[in-house]
Amino acid sequence: MGEPAIVPGGRRHVLDLDDFAAEEISAVLETARSMQEVLGRRIKQVPALRGRTVVNMFFEDSTRTRISFEVAARALSAAIVNFSARGSSVEKGESLLDTVRTIEALGADVIVIRHAEAGVPQLVAHAFGGSVINAGDGRHAHPSQALLDLYTIHARFGSIAGLRVVIVGDVVHSRVVRSGLWGLTTMGARVTLVAPTTLLGPAAYWHATWPEVTVTTDLDRAIDGADVVMALRLQQERQDAGLLPSLGEYRRRYAITAERLARAAPHAIVMHPGPMNAGVEITPEVATAPQSVIEAQVGNGVAVRMALLYHLAGES
Amino acid sequence: MSATPHRLVLTGGMLFDVARDSRHEGHLLIEGGRIAAWLDDAGLARLDAVPRVDVAGCLMAPGLIDLHTHLGEPGDDDAETIVSVTRAAAAGGFTTICAMPDTQPVTDTPAAIEYVRRIAARDGAVRIEPLGALTMGGAGTHLSELAALAEAGCVAFSDGDRPLGDPAMLRNALRYASMLDRPVCLTALEPRLMRGWAMHEGAVAHRLGLPGAPDCAEEIAVARDLALAAHTGARVQLGIITTARGVALLRAARERGVPFSAATTPHHALLDDRWVLGWLGTRPTEGLDPTRLPPYDAATRITPPLRTPDDAAAVVAALADGTIDLLVSDHTPRTSAAVEREYRLVPPGITSLETSLATALALVHAGRISLATLLRCFIDAPARLLGRPVPRLQPGEPADLVAIDLAHDWQVDPQRFHSRGRTSPLASQSLRGQIALTMCAGRIVHDDGRRPVVG
Repeated sequence: MGEPAIVPGGRRHVLDLDDFAAEEISAVLETARSMQEVLGRRIKQVPALRGRTVVNMFFEDSTRTRISFEVAARALSAAIVNFSARGSSVEKGESLLDTVRTIEALGADVIVIRHAEAGVPQLVAHAFGGSVINAGDGRHAHPSQALLDLYTIHARFGSIAGLRVVIVGDVVHSRVVRSGLWGLTTMGARVTLVAPTTLLGPAAYWHATWPEVTVTTDLDRAIDGADVVMALRLQQERQDAGLLPSLGEYRRRYAITAERLARAAPHAIVMHPGPMNAGVEITPEVATAPQSVIEAQVGNGVAVRMALLYHLAGES
Repeated sequence: MSATPHRLVLTGGMLFDVARDSRHEGHLLIEGGRIAAWLDDAGLARLDAVPRVDVAGCLMAPGLIDLHTHLGEPGDDDAETIVSVTRAAAAGGFTTICAMPDTQPVTDTPAAIEYVRRIAARDGAVRIEPLGALTMGGAGTHLSELAALAEAGCVAFSDGDRPLGDPAMLRNALRYASMLDRPVCLTALEPRLMRGWAMHEGAVAHRLGLPGAPDCAEEIAVARDLALAAHTGARVQLGIITTARGVALLRAARERGVPFSAATTPHHALLDDRWVLGWLGTRPTEGLDPTRLPPYDAATRITPPLRTPDDAAAVVAALADGTIDLLVSDHTPRTSAAVEREYRLVPPGITSLETSLATALALVHAGRISLATLLRCFIDAPARLLGRPVPRLQPGEPADLVAIDLAHDWQVDPQRFHSRGRTSPLASQSLRGQIALTMCAGRIVHDDGRRPVVG
């Protein structure tokens, strides 16, 4: 592992990217590149977090994010404990914060938490003496996903400033979008959000926090000349809630198809935070096309999460 | 607190006549639980054997009446007891609190009403007047036996903070209540526009990723409730009004002469949805400082939610011009265990009896409403809605009164509340104006620790 770009101990929690300056994001991405190098070795492990305990608290189902953090912690030689709400004291009525206090008493240094309710990582950070990494809270934030997306974009283009990023899908309910907007706008990208009005939300709500962002319902126009096209998972429940007439109508207007992608810049990349509904928000053909970096995103996720864990819990 | 003497003089207070908006200094002789006389200095000198309490410089007013207090007891005395809620009321200057029916059990039977009245009379430091549930269990599907509740002594009907969603049901309830000479206190919210809500729908909720309750949920309900009030002739109080759109409808109805009463809270007039953002927001240049709170603080979860700054300004304007005629505390005690949880799942409500007056006084100090308006909203309008004579500090009247030290600055410390509830968005904020002394039926039920009985 080369000289890490970030100084461990400089930050206590990663709850969102709203408090990350460009320099800190760049430092995380640079450390992640060192971590990527570790992951390419025959023995994929360094002792940076030896003796530290990381607890994965996932109150919402997740495969890739949970395993990604687990692999990252192991690669840094940390002890990793997986806490699952199912069958736990939480199911027996213990409150979230009592559970957190118990986990602290058991010696946890870092809690990685995912929860269906926005604001839970803030609540936990308030009660916990160690570090908290938000692995997704409701529709609020998903900072490690945003950082791995930045890493992936940076790896392809060598920089982020000035790129045109188009994000298509259920943006109003998306934590990936909110954290992504903090990261992308901080790094100087120009972001356009595309969705039908019911999944878009009023432009004024977006502009109050991110004045630079463009919002539109017209994908065919927005995708014109885009450098990055990101599709989001469309959940069936949006149709059930009356926000969409049908998945078919959504697909016709908003799916990333080869024809639509042809309007983007020739060097454009296609991203998706997963899990994908191939055939709904993206065609299987596009998902596996050469422009697709969807698989790279998953691999990059481990390196970025190693960088975050190192950032919070590594020896300074 | 030691027993209050049978005869007592409160000396040096500033007497405020709400009707005439005039003040003068004087001394108030209390005897046998009633106001016996106003004394000048010569009159006071003739009574030098009578015990006195010095309230020099304090504003004297009739005790405040709160039309919207949530009790804990019966049902949840971890959150609040009759003793603690009435002490909190006394500390906040209220001598009468009207109890919302959403206790356990719900006060939807004469026995439940009588139970609340009995424990209130036995344990209460101030008067408690129960409201009767408009529908059985407050569930909005079957009318309670409203005539029996009225006979048992309930002062008004309400389903608490649960809005009646079905307009046909509400129409029947209002028609039935109209023959019983009791007002109906309605929650002006359309529940179908608020499913799963965590806070006001707007830019702040959007940033925080929280599901919102849109302002049109209030606008629609206000329009509907006004229409049904006019249609049925029932006496209604619409509450808690929090939005500019709701205010606009009410103002238009006032101009048409539609009779109604409308309530808001001091916190909806002064705070806004930026308080949910806490320190993620920007520090204001003056006034109260929401950046002292962490984001997603449970003490900002209120129903109806804190709205935008523009909405709060519209609510203040509505208080100033009489469109909204009532201020209520909406005191809702919660245990710390109940609120220490996921923001959206925190049961809404704050501990507010002890801060309501001082919060509203911030509007007076800022010159946004007059002191007379504030006192009318806390005293005259609630009395009128209850069908009672407007309280005045006149000889012969019951000695329910309050002395307010208008210039005293104090810092809100929920750990020192008399209420068992500790959730307050105003924790550590500085407020101006403190209750110096509260008297209920001639008994001193609260003082600020600087009011010894002398002689």
